[in-house]
Parts: sequence; structure tokens; C-alpha cells
Amino acid sequence: MRPLFLALLADDSRYGYELKQSLEQEFGEMLPAMNAGQVYSTLARLERDGLVVGRSVEGDSRRKRMYELTEAGQAELSSWIEAPVPGARLKDEFFMKFVVVVAAGLAAPMKLIERQRREYLQSLRDLDAVLADGGKGPTAELMVEGAVLHLKAGLEWLDLIEQRLAVGAESA
Amino acid sequence: MTPVLEARDLAKTYDTGGAKVFALRGIDLSIESGEFVAITGPSGCGKSTLLNLLAGLDRPTSGQVWLDGERIDQLSETELARLRRRKVGFVFQFFNLMPTLSAAENVELPLLLVGRGRKEARRSASTLMSDLGIGDKQDAAPAQLSGGEQQRVALARALANSPDIVLGDEPTGNLDSVAAREVLTLLRAARDRGQTLLLVTHDARVAAAADRVINLRDGLVSDQTELQPARPVAFPFDGDSG
Ligand SMILES: Nc1ncnc2c1ncn2[C@@H]1O[C@H](COP(=O)(O)OP(=O)(O)OP(=O)(O)O)[C@@H](O)[C@H]1O
Ligand SMILES: [Mg+2]
Repeated sequence: MRPLFLALLADDSRYGYELKQSLEQEFGEMLPAMNAGQVYSTLARLERDGLVVGRSVEGDSRRKRMYELTEAGQAELSSWIEAPVPGARLKDEFFMKFVVVVAAGLAAPMKLIERQRREYLQSLRDLDAVLADGGKGPTAELMVEGAVLHLKAGLEWLDLIEQRLAVGAESA
Repeated sequence: MTPVLEARDLAKTYDTGGAKVFALRGIDLSIESGEFVAITGPSGCGKSTLLNLLAGLDRPTSGQVWLDGERIDQLSETELARLRRRKVGFVFQFFNLMPTLSAAENVELPLLLVGRGRKEARRSASTLMSDLGIGDKQDAAPAQLSGGEQQRVALARALANSPDIVLGDEPTGNLDSVAAREVLTLLRAARDRGQTLLLVTHDARVAAAADRVINLRDGLVSDQTELQPARPVAFPFDGDSG
């Protein structure tokens, strides 16, 4: 969330509620109602770290503060923009659970795989229904398409884990 | 309710002179009318073999196949052909189009075989092919079509008669995601009209559209999943506000 705020402040200083509005406009329904508290605590942390400064505006009776980027904030934003987000996703909740639970003999590996496969298939169905419905807007649709591809990869990975399991059982 | 299609302890062993291949080793399966079932599983696990047996295109080594309450695995070729023409549409993994007929003529064939008029057959074929995004390919010969186009012709042919049961072996296997979605839409529409669908697929998106997913492994059913109606999707915008 932090770099998104910095990006929104790049061209102009803004009030906190304006940041919230911009994000809502960009992401529509994908953004669950963000309460004002979250917005202001994020801004407070950014200010503490010297990346933004807030100023009270003369003659603004609401006593709202207007935020702008500092030089350090500019620099942080630039390096965030220039650095691609990490490609390798080696952290996977299911896999960690699988390894630990199987090693401890707490569940049959195939049961874990089957349950996870069900969840992925059902999620795929849920997401496809969103796409079939339409009406979510192009940004949301792209995001959903991305999630669909991740789920397909997740399913392929489960197949691979299952195959290795079978090979392991044969050679054991 | 009697199932529309049923396999009872179905087994198929291929004996090619050398080692025997136990392609199916006792499959029990029951498909209700109007159901959409997907069959998944790794290459060589017996999916095509199973589909061929269920369609009466091949005979089991042991076990039974029941179609609409009638045991079909011992019927004569003629009886099987008649039954298939009336009740079953089949999309082959490798299309099996008639090479000397045009794309549209391939689609019209099953209609003509059950005695529909030429004009009506032409009209139905044309509509179906347009729905599948190959309306401009009606006069092409199969050899002039891409893999994905041939696949859609094969699908149109399978759907032409509005058969009670549509069996498809990888019906989206050669399609890009846009064409796959058109095919899926058409298949869903068939299901909504009450047709029964049984599709072999590697495509998780097709499997996820089914009511039930049957997973095969080494000629046996290894897992069955009933999918629920789509759940509402929450869009959690990553909660890290720190
Ligand atoms: N006509 C045949 N003669 C001999 N063996 C065969 C024949 N047809 C299939 N087999 C064997 O039977 C097994 C199951 O084949 P089948 O075609 O049903 O697999 P599949 O699940 O459809 O695979 P794929 O996903 O690659 O299409 C395989 O080991 C295959 O080599
Ligand atoms: Mg096959």
C-alpha cells in the first residue's frame, strides 16, 4: 500500500481522503472498503519515515492535512518504479503445510492434494463466473485472468507433486 | 432416476502381441441426465479408452456399458451405429473429419443421416459454425483448416443433432483461450438445454465448468469432486497497510 500512496502523491499534494478516492476509482470493487483509519495510519508511518510531509492548510476549517512527497519519498518512489516485482514465488502456503504435515505423518499426502485440487478447481469456477458475468471493468477482469493463470499453475503443480509421490513410492 | 450413461466394472486390456496394456481396470461410473462431467488425469491413464467404450466405439474386455437403461456393450455394429446417430455426439481427440467433404458438409452429415432435409441441415450447420467463430470456413476442406478450426468443426458436427449426450475428447485441446471460451460457452448452452456432457480434458478451466470432475489414474477412478455453484469472489486488496 505504501508505494501506491507515494505514486498517487507524485504529481500533486493531496488530502488523505483524496488518496482513498483515487484508489477506489482505479481498482473499483477489488478494493474492500478501506477505512479512514487505515489511510491515516499509512500516511502517519510514511511521515514518520520522512517520505511524506503533512501540512495543515490555511483557512481550511476542517483542519484536514494535505500531504506531499519529500525528496526521500521521491527517491523511494523512483526505485520502486524501476525495480520489477520479484519473479520467483518460492513461498507457498500449501506446500509448506504439505511438507510439514506429511513429514509428521499427520495426514495422507493424497488426501491433502485432493482437497487442495478441489479448492483450486472451485476457485477457478468462482473466477470464471466473474468473467462470464462481465460488468466488473477491464482492470478487474485482467486481475481475475491473472488469478486464473496462477490457479492453473497451482493445479499443474499438484499433478507434479502427485507424480513425484508415486515415483517415490515405487522406488521406496 | 436412471442414469443416462453407466459403466459397471469396466475393463479394457489391449493385447498387441507383446506385453498387455491394462488401459482400464474396473471403472464404475454413473452419469445422470443433464449432468456436465469432466474426466481428467495424466496422459495414458485411459481417458480416451473410457470415452470410446462409453460411446460404443470399442468393446470392453469385461464389464458393462449402459446407455439410457439399455446395455450396449454387446450390441451389433449396426445397432450401435443407429443408437449413436440418435443419441450421441462425439468429438474425437484427433477430429476424424471426412477429408473429401467440406467443413460445412461434415457438420451436415449427422443431420442428413437422421433424415433431415438438405436446406435445414445447411442452415443448422451454418448457425453452429458461426457460433463457434468458423462461419467463414464453411467451404474449406478439412486439410485447409488449422488444428483449432478442425476441432471446432468436429464440435459443430457433434452438436448438430442436438444429441442427448455429448462426449468430447479434449474438445478445447488445440484452441487458444479466446476460442476455448467460445467453445465452453456453447457447451454450457448445450447443458442448459438439458443435454448431458462428458468431456475428457486437460484444461482446468473446462474441468472447473463441470458439475463433477472425475480423476483417472492408471485405469482406475482415483478421485471424484462435486463442484458447487460459483461462490462470490472477494477481492482482497492485499491487507498490508504497513
Ligand atoms: N489401440 C491400442 N492398442 C494398444 N494400446 C493402446 C491402444 N490405445 C491405447 N492404448 C494404451 O492404453 C493406455 C490408455 O490410453 P488412452 O488413449 O486411453 O490414454 P489417455 O488417457 O486418453 O491419454 P492422452 O491424455 O495422452 O490422450 C495407454 O497406455 C495406451 O498406450
Ligand atoms: Mg486421449
